[in-house]
This record gives sequence, structure tokens and C-alpha cells, in this order.
Amino acid sequence: MTSETVTTQAAPLRFYDVEEHEHPEGGSTMLGFWIYLMSDCLIFAILFACFAVLGGNYAAGPSPRDLFDLPQVALSTAMLLFSSITFGFAMLSMQAGRRGATQGWLVVTALFGLAFLGMELREFAHLISIGATPQRSAFLSAFFTLVGTHGLHVTFGLVWIATMIAQVGRHGLIPANQRRLMCLSLFWHFLDIIWIGVFTFVYLMGMLR
Amino acid sequence: MAAPSELSPIFGRLTLDALPLHEPILVVTFLVVAALGTLLLGAITWFRLWGYLWKEWFTSVDHKKIGVMYMVLGIIMLLRGFSDAIMMRLQQAIAFNGSEGYLPPHHYDQVFSAHGVIMIFFVAMPLVTGIMNFVVPLQIGARDVSFPFLNNFSFWMTTGGAILVMTSLFVGEFAKTGWLAYPPLSGTTYSPDVGVDYYIWGLQVAGIGTTLSGINLICTIIKLRAPGMSLMKMPIFTWTALCTNVLIVATFPVLTAVLALLALDRYVGMNFFTTELGGNPMMYVNLIWIWGHPEVYILILPLFGVYSEVTSTFSGKRLFGYTSMVYATVVITILSYLVWLHHFFTMGSGASVNSFFAITTMVISIPTGAKLFNWLFTMYRGRIRFELPMMWTIAFMLTFVVGGMTGVLLAVPPADFVLHNSLFLVAHFHNVIIGGVLFGLFAAINYWFPKAFGFKLDRFWGLVSFWCWVVGFWLAFMPLYILGLMGVTRRMRVFDDPSLQIFFVIAGFGVAVIFVGIMALLIQIGVSIRNRARLRDATGDPWNGRTLEWSTTSPPPEYNFAFTPIIHDLDAWYDMKRRGQEQPMSGFRPIPMPRNTGAGVFLAAFATVCGFALIWQIWWLVAASFIAALVTAIGHTFDYDRSHRIPAETVAATEALRTRALAAAE
Amino acid sequence: MIPSLGPRRLLRQLAILALPALLGGCNLVVLSPAGDVAQRQAHLVMISTGLMLLIILPVMALTVLFAWRYRAANRDAQYEPEWSHSTGLELVIWSAPLVIIICLGALAWAGTHLLDPYRPLARIGPDRPVVAAVEPLEVNVVALDWKWLFILPEYGVASVNELAAPVDRPIRFRITSTAVMNSFFIPALAGQIYAMPGMETTLHGVINRPGTYEGFSANYSGAGFSGMRFRFHGLAGPEFDAWIAQARQADATLGRTEFLALQRPSENVPVRHFSTVDPALFDAIVNKCVEPGRMCLRDMMSIDERGGLGVAGIDAVRRSGRDRDTLAGRTTTMVTAICSIPATPAQRPVPAPIAQARLTGAGLRPQAGPYSRPLVASQLPPRPES
Repeated sequence: MTSETVTTQAAPLRFYDVEEHEHPEGGSTMLGFWIYLMSDCLIFAILFACFAVLGGNYAAGPSPRDLFDLPQVALSTAMLLFSSITFGFAMLSMQAGRRGATQGWLVVTALFGLAFLGMELREFAHLISIGATPQRSAFLSAFFTLVGTHGLHVTFGLVWIATMIAQVGRHGLIPANQRRLMCLSLFWHFLDIIWIGVFTFVYLMGMLR
Repeated sequence: MAAPSELSPIFGRLTLDALPLHEPILVVTFLVVAALGTLLLGAITWFRLWGYLWKEWFTSVDHKKIGVMYMVLGIIMLLRGFSDAIMMRLQQAIAFNGSEGYLPPHHYDQVFSAHGVIMIFFVAMPLVTGIMNFVVPLQIGARDVSFPFLNNFSFWMTTGGAILVMTSLFVGEFAKTGWLAYPPLSGTTYSPDVGVDYYIWGLQVAGIGTTLSGINLICTIIKLRAPGMSLMKMPIFTWTALCTNVLIVATFPVLTAVLALLALDRYVGMNFFTTELGGNPMMYVNLIWIWGHPEVYILILPLFGVYSEVTSTFSGKRLFGYTSMVYATVVITILSYLVWLHHFFTMGSGASVNSFFAITTMVISIPTGAKLFNWLFTMYRGRIRFELPMMWTIAFMLTFVVGGMTGVLLAVPPADFVLHNSLFLVAHFHNVIIGGVLFGLFAAINYWFPKAFGFKLDRFWGLVSFWCWVVGFWLAFMPLYILGLMGVTRRMRVFDDPSLQIFFVIAGFGVAVIFVGIMALLIQIGVSIRNRARLRDATGDPWNGRTLEWSTTSPPPEYNFAFTPIIHDLDAWYDMKRRGQEQPMSGFRPIPMPRNTGAGVFLAAFATVCGFALIWQIWWLVAASFIAALVTAIGHTFDYDRSHRIPAETVAATEALRTRALAAAE
Repeated sequence: MIPSLGPRRLLRQLAILALPALLGGCNLVVLSPAGDVAQRQAHLVMISTGLMLLIILPVMALTVLFAWRYRAANRDAQYEPEWSHSTGLELVIWSAPLVIIICLGALAWAGTHLLDPYRPLARIGPDRPVVAAVEPLEVNVVALDWKWLFILPEYGVASVNELAAPVDRPIRFRITSTAVMNSFFIPALAGQIYAMPGMETTLHGVINRPGTYEGFSANYSGAGFSGMRFRFHGLAGPEFDAWIAQARQADATLGRTEFLALQRPSENVPVRHFSTVDPALFDAIVNKCVEPGRMCLRDMMSIDERGGLGVAGIDAVRRSGRDRDTLAGRTTTMVTAICSIPATPAQRPVPAPIAQARLTGAGLRPQAGPYSRPLVASQLPPRPES
């Protein structure tokens, strides 16, 4: 990397960019958001690890087999997967520059997300009502925390979707909004992937324990 | 969780009893702080500085100003952390022969916990982040960081965390658990008070800021390098900053998660780290050290970069073995994840596990050793100018090797079985943190101060500070090495064996010398400001530097570079100088720059209030401040017009001033 | 500004001169302990330090030398501003630390296995193998807030904040804690190991010189931590018997009720002895079921392994007021016992001892290494599992 050739330069080197054109704004945003997602992924990794360590410690209480209603969970999983697909449609509409369709698909996505969240809350309420609270055993603590953290992310995703619907309505599909929608899309699919992990690792394997 | 009957709906757990009026030491401290604070605020008001501070500093998104604010925060917190150190040394020096000393356990235990937390999170971290924030964009020829608003927000989150920890001094109490708050001691059963809650929320608020600042700097380094600056032409300090920020992003979420789990245990009564219903406290110890060990490298790596820059500059020579230096940094970054268990060999993990982690730990010393040799051979056949930064670097090389040696010694499990948790360990990590991180920070401050303010720091007081620190360090910590070999453990409040006292007295004397060193640093800054005309550097390049930050004015204009430089050589500025390249004097173009915003200040303020409310369980305030933060954040996203354009004429005028100053200097 | 390095060198020399005078009066127990295990740990400390000094000292010397020789004022010194690479030198730079670390790593690997605290002793001193007939003395250690309880099951006695052991007889400590984490450490005897609630750790050691030694907790555990110290007496055979006899004279006995009283937090606790001890007590402490009606962790784990108790088991908890908790105005939740499985001693297999030579070069020879266990173990009679 050291250049020893001080004097023998053929073409004159330029040392200052005198014809610099302006950089488009937000050039780092996608990279930054990816890095953020990876750091968020680490938080989930820790929660998964806790569940792996503590998931079998029922403290002489109930185990997944006693608590989980797999068809219900499968249904809520389907909701979340559908919401990912509809978000995909929203992004396609965005690419096509169709503002109304984009907003419409975002609304559909939010509805699926709400349905997922509602089913999750119902499950939590049921567990708590029979006494299987997060305080009952380390397994339940790890379960509520992992699933709850995912639910919290979905909630923030819904707030974000609502914000984006308003912002697209206000300014249209300008580059800034396109960039934000790309980030939101990454976030939403990321939550989907995490949920597939939760579904497999917590629910399916829990029933097999 | 406290019983509902204890909770007031308005004030939560907060009552007048939380004010430590019965503690004379705290009352006096409070009066002094209040007096000084009133004086400072009064002066700001008298000189009508509020508007200026708010517009030019607090809401600034300029990476240079944010960097400087980080440094100010770090130095203020250093005074607090060091007061704790003085109190500990004093207690341990007098608590002999049946004397209880002057600190009761509940106070002493807070003092050593706060000392560790403050020194790591609110002294070392802000100072390191501040240096990176200031230098990295300048070094890579960028005009700001990737996300300037986020940068401002990160700073205020760090400050918010610091404010929470400082609040614990006068409202309630701090954790009495040691700086890592191991459960079960930090659970509600054994620490029912607010101390651990201050710890949790102080670190959560600051930790979010640190993570975001890490993401920001990674993007900056990857995306905003000047044309021609390939990764292997990046200045070595930028390389170490990149590795450090990768470590930050890859470990601080672990801290966030593990503190959240501890909070769930404490607030909701979950069972992660309690044994009664299936939890496991050792999981906390593992998780916190998965963050904690890389944290050590987060602190030291950028300073390795500083030493490299300083050695190369003041030896007037290219850095020896740049490539191997880069690889060494990357290897250290990766290996730092694989060593966490060496902090608890004595947990009884078994010989095979222990030896695995012992060997990974030792392997880290290979790239570290290679770095030391690289600095040595940078000095070799150089022309070494013993300016202050270089003196700190040499002091570092002589001090750090000792700390490194005792560190590798502690990595040998059977040796660790007799030295773990002893004062030998305390001496070791102070040896690497003071001798490595702090000496490097002082080198960095003396090195880049003229860049930030346009005048050098006073040499005489710099020398006083240097000698006091170096001598004080050896006086304060050599006795601790010996005490460790005498089987004395850490965090003791009183001692039986009178033969130990002399060593504690010497250590206390060493701390007094360090105190003079800190004072000398403050005097150095004060004297330099007074004599700034004499110390002024008009060239922008006082040290005959080699990297891009020295190619622009001191202090640099808001836009850093009128024309983005193009890089052809690792030592870019050195390369330009030897080819006689100068910046064009005409053809300036308007430069778009981000606009200042107060959103970061408000967001961080709401987060801090939310943290305070969570600590005292004032639930309405938790909800209110959380909603306020959310609304502010969303409101901020509706602001699409975040940049302004510096007109070409302004740029031309600024650069003309510079040309005139340069001409006058010659 | 190189002359200013002078005073520091002078100061360091002064410090080196003053050091022996200062150290003459103090007892570096870690480097000159009275037990064989600690002695070998100390050896390892010295050897490792020596190995590292091989590279540290030249680096320090070179630093000072280069700083002096290439100072800007010295115009005679060669100046090569562009010189920044040398493959040969780089090789040396990387391989020198590598070689040291390979040696040190081998030493650490062997030493860690040889001195694994879980491994029963095979020798009580240099060239003094354990006689097969000698059973190790078992000591059950409980870290309480803030004192140490020692139970000697072989003699059926217990003591608080005092421990005695016969010289030259291997000791096996089984260690746990009731409340928070502590670390059990007698520097003169052997290394330390954590005492953790609901868990049991093991440490082996032997005391070779009679005398009274300091023991303490080496892990901060709360307000009374500083006072959590005890005396460890290394006694010759008859004196040890006398100590046991004295303990047997004590008025107090230690059963579950007495233990619950003892468990209450207290600081700077004076020495106490108990003439008899409930033999199942230690096991109950480890399993956190000293209180009547509380399910043992062991039972809980085996129930959990079989899939828990189902929804019916949800209510099998009750809020308790352990003294410690009520003190703080708080309660803990505990699982109630449904049936009581008779307490059995720990089932963990005890690893076989290995011959432990000195940890110098000889310690690395195959017959002393961790891989030769069958050969060496065959020379010793099989140790009955306890």
C-alpha cells in the first residue's frame, strides 16, 4: 500500500474532487438499517438461548404440551406469513409508483398483523387465567419474554406502518418515503423470520419434548 | 416488586426518606455540587450563553461538536469516578486495627459499584466515542457521519444515563452489588432498594445510545470514505474504530437483553436468575461477560489506533507493518468473543472448558504482542520528537506490557484459582485500563486538541500531568499487586492484618499523586485557553501530520473539506505534502449540510425521565414520558427538510480566511 | 525532551531497591503456601511469569533503547522515513509471541487438568503419593449471609467460622451457598472455587505444614462480606482429634430448625461448634429444601425431566416468608413438596486421581499428563465412590 514512486507518475494525479456532484441523501440508510436488524437479531439470539437453557425447567409445573394449542398457533403463524406476502404486494405497488395501492396493501398488512397480535394476546390471557404466569417457572418466564418481545416488535411495526400510511398520503412515494418503506419491509420480514424460529423452536419442538 | 401498599400513586416509591439527609458526606457533597452548579448556571445566564449553547452545541449535529461534548462529559464524570476512588483508598488505608474506617457498608458498597460503572460506562466510553466521533470523519475525508441526527441523539442518551447514575447520589442510592450486579445479590430478595434499578436503567438508556452510535460510525466508515481510500488505505485509527464499532454493535445488544432480563426478574418476578423456580444465576454471569469481555476491547482498540498514529507521526515515519497491524486488529476483534469464560474459571466448569478458554485468551496476546513490536519498529530509524502525545505513548508501552503479562498470567486457570478476585486482579485491570486506555486518551487529547480548537495545549502543565499520572499509577497499583500475592481479596471494607496497612497507605499516596495529575490536566486546559494566542496554530498541521484531518483548518469549518480529497496513498496528507499538492483556491460549490435539531435532546430527556420513573415505579410518569418520546420520534419523522446548503460564496470566504492565515503563519 | 525520562528510570530503580525491604516484612502467602496444591499453583504462577518475561523484558529494553537512540536530537542515527515493511521481521514479530504462547498454552492445558479442583489428590507433596488406605477428609462447606458453616460428616460435628484439618491428609470440600454467590478460598491450602446457591462445587486440597491460616470469601456478597472470614487450622493428628473432641463438647446441635435460625443474616459471627449434625442436612441445603414442605431441587428436576406436573401442578407453589425475605419486607415463591424422596448423597462420579508430578518440564512428561490416566490409575487401588 505504500507507493514508492513519487516522481514517476505518468498522468497527473488529482488530489481534490473539484467537480464533486452532490451525493443523494440517505445513501447509508439501508446499510445502517441492516446493521440495526442484526443487532436486534442478537437480542433475540439471547432470548432464544435463554429459552434453550431454561425451556425445560417447569418447576414441577406445566410443560409446553400442557399449555400450547398448536392449531391456534399455526393459525396466527399463517396470519403473520400472509402479512409478509401482502407487504410484498405493497412494495410491488410502490415500485410501480401506485400510491393508493401501496397504502391499501399496507392497511391489509396491518390488519393481518393486528390479527396475529390479537391471537397472541388471547393466548397470553388464557395462560395467565389458568395460572401459568411468567412468574410460575423459568420455562414460562423464558417463553413469555421471547414471545412477548416478538409481539412488542410487531406492535412497533404496526405503529410504523400507520406512520408510513400517513406519510405516503402526505408526500407521496418520494425517494425518502421509498427508502423508509424499504426499511419497514426489511423489519417486517425480519419479524416473520424470527417468528418462524419461535414457532419451530418454542411451539413445535416444545410439543415434542 | 414492592407491595402495592408502599406505592403512592403519584410518587411511586419516592418519598422524602430517599434524600440522604442523614449522611453528612452526601449532604456536604450535595451542597458543594449545588453551589458549583448554581455558580455555573448563573454564569451561563449572566453571560447570556443559553441561546448560544442550545443553538450551537446542544442541538448540533456536527460530529466535531458532538465529539467535543462527549469529551466534556467524560472528563466531568472522571472527576466523579475519581472521587469514588479517593474514598475507597481512604477507607482501605484507615480501616485497620479494629477501626471501621469512615464508611459504613451500605455507603462503601455503593462507592465501589459506582466507581466501576462510572469509569467504564461514563468515562472511558464517552471519551473513546468522543475521539472516534471527532476524528473518524475527518480522517476519511467525510463531511459528517452517516446519520448526524442519530449522532446527536446517541450523545444525549449517554448523557441521560450519566444523569441517572448521578441522580442516585442524591435521590435514593446506587447499586451495592459491584459493577456487574451478579444475581442473586442483585435480585429483589437481596437488593430490594432502588440501587440496582438505577444501575439497570442508567445503563439501558446509555446502552441504546452506544449501540446507535456504533451503527452510525460503521456506516460512516464503510460508506463515506473519500474517493481512492480503499480499505487497505484507511488510516489505522479508522481501522481500529471500525473494529471497535463492530464490537459495540455485536455486544451491546447482549447487555441490553441481559439487563432487560434482570429487570423482568426484579419488576415482574420472573425466574431467569433465581434458583427457586428453575432459573439459573450463572446464566447471567455468562451473558454479562459475553458483553463484558468484548467491552474491554471496545475500549482499548481505538487507543491502539491512537498509539499507531502518534508513533508514526512523531517518529516522522510510515507505520511499520500496516497490513499486519490491520490483521492483528481484526484477529483481536474476533477472538474477543471467545474468551468470556476466563472471568469465572472458578465457577467449576471443568478442566477441558477452562483450558479451552485459557488458550483462546492467551492467543489474543499474539496479535497484541505483534502490535507492540510494530510500534517499536516504527520508532526504529525514525526521528522521534518527544511531544506530549509521544511521551504518553512510550509510557503506555512500558506500562501496558506489565498489565498484559499479568493478564496472561490470570488466564492460566490454576494461577487464576489463587489470584481471582484478588487485588492482583484489580491491579491488573487498572494496569491495562489506565496504562492502555487512559494514557492513550491523554495522548489523543494532546494530539488532536489543536485540531479541535486551533491552539496547542500547554506543554509545562502537560508534563506535570504526565509525570503525576505515571508515577501515581505505579505508586497506586504496585502495592495492590503485592497485596494480591498476599492473598488479599477485593471489595473488602475492613482488614484484620495490620501488616497490610503500609501497602494501602502507599496506594493511597499514589492516588493523591494521580489527583495532582488530574488537576494538572484541568489547569493545562485552562492555561492553554488563556494563552491561546501564543499557542495558536494557524497551519492546521502543528505536528507535521500524515493523515487527512491535518489537511484542513484548525478548527475545521462546519463542512470539514471545501473539496473532497482524493486518496492515493495510505498516509494521504503526507503524500499530498511531499507532492506539493495544495487545495484549489477557486471553483467552490455549495455544500449541503444537515440542519441542527432539538429532537434528539427531547427524545433523550423523555427516555431519561422514563428511566427515573421506572426506578421509582411512578407508573403514570412512565406512561407519559414513554408516549411523549414516541410522539416526538414520530413527529421528527414528519420533518423531511433536514439539510441546508452552505452557499459557494460562504465557502469561498471561509477558505480565503484560511489562505490568509496560512500565509501569515509562514 | 529525552532527559526527562531520566528521573523516571531513577525512580523505578529506587522502587526496585526499596521493594525487598518492604516485602521482607510481609507474607506472600500465594507464592509460599502451606499446601501442596497451592504450592503447585504458585509454581505455575512463577513459571508463567518467567516465560513471559522472556519476551517482556526485551520489549521494554528495546522501547527505551529505540526511544533514546532515535530521538530527534540525535542526528547521527539513521533515518528512513519510508521504511515500513520487512517480511523477515514480521515473521519474527508474530512467531516470537506465538512460541511463548505455545509453551504457555501447553503448560496451562496440563496444569488445568492436573490441578482440576474436582480431581481427587494422588499425592500430598513432592514424591509423596497418597496412601491407598487414606480416605480424604470430607468437609461440607456452606456459605451463609455472612459466615461459613463447615460440616464434618465423618465426625458428625460442625463449626461456624472455624475449620481444622489433619496435616497431610487429603481434604475434599463439597461447597454450596444458601443465599448469594461467594467464593471459598484458603490461600495457603488450595485455590478458590465459587459457592453458589442450589449448586454444589468441589475442591480438593491438602495442608502440609501445621499452623493457623486465613480463609475467607473471595467474592463480594453484600454488607457483611468483610467479616466473612475464618481460621483454618492445620493440625497434627492428636491435636486434630482434640479439636474434634472439643467440638463434640459443644452444647449446640445442628438440625434443620437450628440451621434455619443460623441462616439469618448476621455479621462478624464468632466461632461456634455443634456437637451433632443432621446427616441429611447438607444435601437438603444444596437442594434448597431445608424448610419443611418445600420441594427439593433434585426432585423438581426429576419431575421436570418427566414433563412436569401439568396444569394440575400450577398451584403447587406458595409464597413463603423466609426470615431473610421478611426482613426485607419481601417474600419468595417456592414449590411445595408433594412427596419426599429420601435424600441420597450426590451421584456424580468422582474422577479418578492421577499421579501428579511437579509442574515443571517433568510435569509435562507423558506419564504425568492427563492422557495417561489408565496407566497411572491402575497403579492405585480403585477409590470407593462416596
